[in-house]
Amino acid sequence: MAYTIQGKTQEWEVVVGLEVHAQVTSKAKLFSGASAAYGGAPNSQVSLVDAAMPGVLPVINSYCIEQAVRTGLGLRAKINEDSVFERKNYFYPDLPQGYQISQYQKPIVGEGVVMLDMEDGTRREIGIERLHMEQDAGKSMHDQAPSSSYIDLNRSGICLMEIVSKPDMRSSGEAGAFLRKLRSIMRYLGTCDGNMEEGSMRADVNVSVRPLGSSRYLTRTETKNVNSVRFVMQAIEFESNRQTVAYENGDSVIQETRLFDSQCSETRAMRAKEFAHDYRYFPDPDLLPLKLSSSFIQKIQDGLPELPDEKRDRFMEDYELKAYDAGILVADQEVANYFEDIAIDHDPKLSANWIITNLFSVLKKLGCNIVESPISASDLGELIGLVEDNTISGRTAKEVFDTMIDTGKSASDIVDEKGLKQISDISQIDTIIKQVLTDNPKQLAQVKAGNAKVIGWFVGQVMKATKGKANPEIVNKLLREKIK
Amino acid sequence: MTDLIDLTIHEASASLTQGEFSAEELVLAHIKSIETQRDLNMFITETPEVAIQGARESDLRRSKGMALGCMDGIPVAVKDLFCTKGILTTAGSRILSNFVPTYESTITEKMNNAGAVLLGKSNLDEFAMGSSTTTSFYGSTINPWRSKKRVDLVPGGSSGGSAAAVAAQAAMGALGTDTGGSIRQPASFCGVVGLKPTYGRCSRWGIVAFASSLDQAGPITRSVHDAAIFLSAIAGYDAKDSTSVPVDPLDFEQSLYSGIKGMKFGIPKEYIVENMPAEITKLWEKGITWLEDRGAECMEVSLPHTKYALPAYYIIAPAEASSNLARYDGVRYGIREKGDTLDEMYQLTRAKGFGDEVQRRILVGTYVLSAGYYDAYYVKAQKVRTLIAEDFVKAFKKVEAILTPTTPSAAFCAKEKCNDPISMYLNDVFTVPASLAGLPGISVPGALDYNGLPLGLQLIGKPFEEETLLKAAQALEEGANFGRSTPKGLEV
Repeated sequence: MAYTIQGKTQEWEVVVGLEVHAQVTSKAKLFSGASAAYGGAPNSQVSLVDAAMPGVLPVINSYCIEQAVRTGLGLRAKINEDSVFERKNYFYPDLPQGYQISQYQKPIVGEGVVMLDMEDGTRREIGIERLHMEQDAGKSMHDQAPSSSYIDLNRSGICLMEIVSKPDMRSSGEAGAFLRKLRSIMRYLGTCDGNMEEGSMRADVNVSVRPLGSSRYLTRTETKNVNSVRFVMQAIEFESNRQTVAYENGDSVIQETRLFDSQCSETRAMRAKEFAHDYRYFPDPDLLPLKLSSSFIQKIQDGLPELPDEKRDRFMEDYELKAYDAGILVADQEVANYFEDIAIDHDPKLSANWIITNLFSVLKKLGCNIVESPISASDLGELIGLVEDNTISGRTAKEVFDTMIDTGKSASDIVDEKGLKQISDISQIDTIIKQVLTDNPKQLAQVKAGNAKVIGWFVGQVMKATKGKANPEIVNKLLREKIK
Repeated sequence: MTDLIDLTIHEASASLTQGEFSAEELVLAHIKSIETQRDLNMFITETPEVAIQGARESDLRRSKGMALGCMDGIPVAVKDLFCTKGILTTAGSRILSNFVPTYESTITEKMNNAGAVLLGKSNLDEFAMGSSTTTSFYGSTINPWRSKKRVDLVPGGSSGGSAAAVAAQAAMGALGTDTGGSIRQPASFCGVVGLKPTYGRCSRWGIVAFASSLDQAGPITRSVHDAAIFLSAIAGYDAKDSTSVPVDPLDFEQSLYSGIKGMKFGIPKEYIVENMPAEITKLWEKGITWLEDRGAECMEVSLPHTKYALPAYYIIAPAEASSNLARYDGVRYGIREKGDTLDEMYQLTRAKGFGDEVQRRILVGTYVLSAGYYDAYYVKAQKVRTLIAEDFVKAFKKVEAILTPTTPSAAFCAKEKCNDPISMYLNDVFTVPASLAGLPGISVPGALDYNGLPLGLQLIGKPFEEETLLKAAQALEEGANFGRSTPKGLEV
């Protein structure tokens, strides 16, 4: 179902393309041996190269190259055996060299694709235009002193991948799904941790709108440096609505660079001066063209882990899960592992259901991830096992689950301690039923008179008498036989 | 005993081994020579304490039988473009007039590790941009050679301080850098030997960059043999410079005297330029004779794209420079001029920090890289560069080295050309093609002109065949018999 904006005169389609800057997971920077760790004291992770001292030279960190190739392969993209680092020249105090070493005409990775599984069960294919590598700049701090700015060069020289999508997304929802999927793939690959709050991932958002049915692209705007999935989605919504209103009012949309204001969920135009650069790109003469051998690429290909799409297909096949559920479980590799740890011994659908419905809500409430979960996979597996072999009912299981979280005790301990073991012994239940029927002649008469609803009341009484432990199926069956 | 400053490195090294004098005595003689010739303005920074300390350490090593080799205890000058730890490194520019590196360039480190002793940091054209050593913030260097008219002449450039110091016997040898001729041209003007190795032979790490794809360090000495000794000490792959080439280090002295019998030399017809003084043509012809007398064969070769070399060079070098010099912004080191805004700080710092020639090249470089001009200038110049390199590849199928004059004129007086950038750029006409092709080139003093000024001959070799190049240069040196002609000797 296509998402559109209903204007006064017609329906409008939203066209979105993203440029995602992803920080490569690497101990050292792209062209120096300085640490790329997050959170160090200002200027404590700066080499001579990062500070652009006179005469010092960049040397490529081959691990970063490997990471970029790995990411490219994960995006099912073409790896370019020949690529070139170029200089992007501009002046800014947090750019020590006076240029950023980046890739321009010959990026390391070419066209690829990202598959999205949407909630309604449809699948969308988003094209990747290219992936190129570049250095990050330092950080300017304007709030440290009244009349001067401070510079922290810890980020200077850290390796980024810029992943450019094709303008294939048609809603903020698709853009959000794309970012989450991209992050998931990179986390599987171990090439980017995807922590947007630490700046490991940020996006430039290109938005345009066009009359529904048109195949022509209209003028787009670029909203720079948006640093959360939610903000990206808000920026797209704001921009597409703003552009639609402009067209419908007979105004035009100007191709411009905009900023996202997260306080009021709006975008605003940057001053022309802030982005009107002539970057004077040219190949960096300090670095030789990058040449990758096919065996180097093959070796990385051979070492790729099972990626989310493959894992989802396998989960659907092996565990007979629905596409959407499988997609949820594989989005995070650790969740997928957790699921498989349980599903290997227990009913997969029941296991998936427990994770998606019960565990996720607990994790969300506690604000932790699956690795930090208070209930381990084997603990949850034990609980599911108790349901499967009818030791406890599904309802009791939910109570045991809550107790497990509160106390940290195992499911079987809780069942034993609280005496929650389900009563499935027919003679025992039969005795109790007889007693209940005898004690409530009035209600029994009602049932016999044809008021079927009262059977439910009797079930409740039996359950109450057994403190909820009687197997409800057996109680139901026996009651109906007795009353007949 | 001969005056210690008359010796070559090769001779002094032998005498040090024999114990005829100490490294300290050798160094003191040179410090004295520097002190008596300060009017030539050869050094930006003199480091006598460093030199004496180094000499004493060398003597101590030698006394323990642990001398390091031919360079141990040899006093040298280093162009002030090499970063030297704890020693002012200015690149001849006001913008770095307060810059003391915390690190040592790979080449000077190798030199230090070979036991050579630093006398001081020699003067140069600002950021190595020039052919006269007149654009330095620290004033012009004067050529120790004077014409018969006794006017002050330029030493050439940009390594003019280094070449002048070696010619004036203020240093036994010196480090220079060559981007379009900055070692070979001043060597020619000062009557000394100047070697630009193959691009990638020596590490560029720690050398203030001018044009990264062209810059190469090399020695300036008073003999070909000394150049071989010096090069052996500084050559080699450096993991810190991605453009340095991992080839096995060589002992360049090894085959120095094995002769050039049967060797083939090319004489490029395109190097006959308009208005070239007859004396230079004559010297070139003599050079051919000297080689042929030693059993070599000289033949005409064609390097058809030579005439495009200079324009291509003056696009590529400024383009790279405009980007390389962007880091001098007043933010982290060097001088900073205060401004009310960031842009004003940049503008004032760079306007006051850089001299005219540097500013001119930054402007040219910025222009040729600009949107709309990039393809017409930079891309085209790179294509020309490829064609020039191919010219040499073709020529080297027929010959093993190429003989040309080093410069189209002898040293000139400072007022003559320095106000006309184009005529100044023409100085590099014979040296630039080899630079663009990344080839090794050496200038060897050939003769004195009618004015009593030295003229050099250039040999260009195949990539990474400095050994052959030096062997040929040795033969040329023998033929020229320029001998111990020094500016001092001339005045006797």
